[in-house]
Amino acid sequence: MLRNLHLPYSGSPEHGDTIESILPGDDVILSGILYVGRDQVHKRLKEAIEASLPLPFDFAGNAIYYMGPSPAPEGFVIGAAGPTTSARMDPFSPLLISKGLSIMVGKGPRSEAVREAVEKYHGLYLQAYGGCGALYSSCITKAETIAYPELGPEALLRLEIRDFPAVCVIDSRGTVYRG
Amino acid sequence: MEQSRVISAVQRIADSLITASRLLPPDAAKALEEAVPEGGKAAGVMDAIRRNLAIARERDIPMCQDTGAFWCLAEIGRESRIPLSLVERIITEGCREAAEKGCYRTSIVSEPVYERKNTGTNLPPFINYELRDGDGVRLSFLMKGFGSENCSSVRMLNPTAGEDGVFRAVMEMLEAAGGKPCPPVFLGVGIGGTMDRAAFLSKKAFFVSDERYTELSARILKVANELGTGPGGLGGSPTALGVSIAAEPTHIAGLPVALTVNCWAERKAVIEFREEELC
Repeated sequence: MLRNLHLPYSGSPEHGDTIESILPGDDVILSGILYVGRDQVHKRLKEAIEASLPLPFDFAGNAIYYMGPSPAPEGFVIGAAGPTTSARMDPFSPLLISKGLSIMVGKGPRSEAVREAVEKYHGLYLQAYGGCGALYSSCITKAETIAYPELGPEALLRLEIRDFPAVCVIDSRGTVYRG
Repeated sequence: MEQSRVISAVQRIADSLITASRLLPPDAAKALEEAVPEGGKAAGVMDAIRRNLAIARERDIPMCQDTGAFWCLAEIGRESRIPLSLVERIITEGCREAAEKGCYRTSIVSEPVYERKNTGTNLPPFINYELRDGDGVRLSFLMKGFGSENCSSVRMLNPTAGEDGVFRAVMEMLEAAGGKPCPPVFLGVGIGGTMDRAAFLSKKAFFVSDERYTELSARILKVANELGTGPGGLGGSPTALGVSIAAEPTHIAGLPVALTVNCWAERKAVIEFREEELC
């Protein structure tokens, strides 16, 4: 099935399909706001949560994309911007999900602990097409750094996206797509 | 050595590397084109890959944001009189210029454990020097993405493990990789030497072919495509598009086997300099 998901997710059917309607193996087209963080951002978000510090963005209804872009050539919003391997974020994701993060976008398989967290909190894990940095660059209409600029290509970004293609790999019931 | 020749050598290296970040080499492009997607989400993933390559070409941007670590095999002719310091300099400066002008992501950190401070240049390149017959210099580059490199590995087999042992070791490493390295992948297998030599050979394998291992390569490729990992790890096939093997002598007590996994976005370049171009 082809599904449309608007971010941040409000639950209102006027804004695209519901999380519950999206099944493993569905093609999901994302639009709206997408936050970006990879290894070092996850480490810092965990430290912030453990120290009860304010978070750089509101997790509720939002999605995080595991990505570190190449620099934007002149005249472009962003450079190549494809997904990185999700498994490296596995040790951090259950904590983030428990704090309200709904949707994760990356590539490759997840741990059992992540699957359980997705099931428990009714989230989603979506896979973007690995290696397709140029394709995803063309789906991003705006990009700004909102935290940790010192991390360079690993900084926390806020993207505006349009027609961003992904595939549902873990649905809100915790069912995994196995091909 | 005239300065203008150095500048032109650096430029040639940089241009080849920038091109390699945007366009697949002919052998990889052909393998992708000829691959028939079956099962899982294979058709959708392969279509995304094709669209991605078209956009990278049109927009002149890297096909993948992980423009990789520069890995270089510098093969220097035994008869060559080209100064080694010059070889090192043109490699480093060629990489520097490629990263700057080609809008590469700076993906290299200065120290692996404590600081992990980005060098800001995507340098240093990781250079391996070898001698070869004749003169001149041949530079073979991989721009090694790390989603796939994290799936690369070495095994030390028993000397009696034979072809089946090598085959099984490669399959186990590939199966463990699953969907992580951006399949369909290209595999480099290094056999023999010491542990580190096998690892080195698994990268050199992308630039050589050894007829003694043609059948083993074909066997690995065939069974890899029956694993069901599929494009993007989303099931079906193809899982692998190519397998190349390099080997060298080893010890009576061992059979080292290393696997380098390259994603479908295989970034590689070979640049040859004749003696008179650098002397």
